[in-house]
Amino acid sequence: MEITILIFLFGGLFLGWSLGANDAANVFGTAVGTRMVSFTSAAIICSVFVILGAIISGAGTTETLGKLGAINALPGAFAACVAAGISVYLMTKVGLPVSTTQAIVGAIVGWNLYTGSSTNLQVLITILGTWILCPIIAGVIAMGLFTFTKRVILNRKLHILRLDAYTRTALLLAGAFGAYSLGANNIANVMGVFVPISPFTDVTIGNLFVFSSKEQLFLLGGLAIAVGVFTYSKRVMFTVGNDLLKMTPVAAFIVVISHSIVLFLFASQGISAFLQSINLPSIPLVPVSSSQAVVGGVIGIGLLKGGKEVQWSIAGRISLGWMTLPIIAALISLIVLFILENIFNLTVSF
Amino acid sequence: MFGLKSASLFGDTKKLEREIDEFVDIVSEVGLVFKSIVPTYLNHSANGKFEEMVEKVKEMESKADKITKDVEHTLYEETLIPDARSDVLRLLEHIDELIGMYQGNCYHFSIQKPNFPKEFHEDLIELTETVVNCVESLCLTVRSFFRDIKSVRDNAHKVTFYEKESDIKFSALARRIFDSELPLDQKMHLRYFVEKIDRICDQAEDIADEVQIYAIKRSV
Repeated sequence: MEITILIFLFGGLFLGWSLGANDAANVFGTAVGTRMVSFTSAAIICSVFVILGAIISGAGTTETLGKLGAINALPGAFAACVAAGISVYLMTKVGLPVSTTQAIVGAIVGWNLYTGSSTNLQVLITILGTWILCPIIAGVIAMGLFTFTKRVILNRKLHILRLDAYTRTALLLAGAFGAYSLGANNIANVMGVFVPISPFTDVTIGNLFVFSSKEQLFLLGGLAIAVGVFTYSKRVMFTVGNDLLKMTPVAAFIVVISHSIVLFLFASQGISAFLQSINLPSIPLVPVSSSQAVVGGVIGIGLLKGGKEVQWSIAGRISLGWMTLPIIAALISLIVLFILENIFNLTVSF
Repeated sequence: MFGLKSASLFGDTKKLEREIDEFVDIVSEVGLVFKSIVPTYLNHSANGKFEEMVEKVKEMESKADKITKDVEHTLYEETLIPDARSDVLRLLEHIDELIGMYQGNCYHFSIQKPNFPKEFHEDLIELTETVVNCVESLCLTVRSFFRDIKSVRDNAHKVTFYEKESDIKFSALARRIFDSELPLDQKMHLRYFVEKIDRICDQAEDIADEVQIYAIKRSV
């Protein structure tokens, strides 16, 4: 493999690192923030399941991103990833929980604008629509699950210590599910743009198992996410766990499971195919924002409690961040593409 | 790795549940012994049986102390119930103080040997029974805090009821003591004992109030 290809791939790995530092914190943030799960346990489980989710179920959302804008040159993909990574990093610096999803979509649209490629408006509208739906669905799921769980807990008269043990176990399981869903749903953000121009070739292991070039890319992306989790997500986890709403461990579990269900719904090819088979509208396989899902879940529980405890000013700032992030990513993408093409004489599209 | 940790988590949980139950049982048992100690003292004036009962209270108090330390150690070591840990430990410490108050009363009877004339016996025994009932209600409040949060308020209300009863009985008895023909030093000595018994109720009520706040904080 050429060294330049590796350098370009680093763009995706940088974005993967951002995803690990930021989005992965959403999965275990509430559990670690409430000190129910140690950071080390969270980081190990998160890393393993993100990688598994990416390799096993990451294909669906990748196809959708490909339809939005098929970046056909490695320098172009590199520019999109670097633009997305920088914009996420900037928003993280301001302290806003944003997602690589919004950033990469903005960056791809930036590439389309720069290269004069057409943006598939239908796909763009579908993606933007899910961004509005995602926090709402997460909030509604959280409200329903919270009401149900609260009733069960009160009726079962569990000892405070037994409840604590069950909640810890539930948080670990929900976190593992969440990490798997995150890997499945968001690997497209990290490696999706490299799929059409993958530098890897399929590897057959003992005539039994084919490790495709796409899966190799996803494994690499998954590892980058894991590095992000271990190196930078601790602080973000505590922020997610405590800032928006002071949560009990049970509420923390509800937030994680609601977030995970939403991410899984928007990544599962199986569920989508099943709905189609019974003539129901299928769920679009779109990379949704894990931050939006978590914030939606937290606000859902806050509303159930009367809404007074929710820090609405912080919620407002977060929403503003969601709206500006794709625009910032698109602008940075334009700048990076310009630099690559005009200063380094690289071909950013064919 | 996580399986083993989880197995030890559930093991520790069961052990702690047992210890906390045992701790509350001790409070209840000390109360029952105390209820018998006062009539025993009044009827046989510091005889062998009375001292035997005081010794029993002392043993139970030491056992409660050991449980408090064990629970504290495990809660911090295993980082269990992080959101309610400090509340639970404070609660156990305050209940431990309550057991200490029972024990203190027993020692004071044993050492100072107050001379209660027969006319006050019935009132003193009634006051003691009310105090023990108050602590019994507190035990129910504490148990409900751990298992059935919805019942905390009802049980705490009973504690308040007995505390008021105790205040009324204390005032009436103190008044009767001071209205009597006894010498002033004896009146003050008897009042000291009556007041110390009544204070157990005040402590129980404070703890019940505390538990109600913890219950609100604990709401899911």
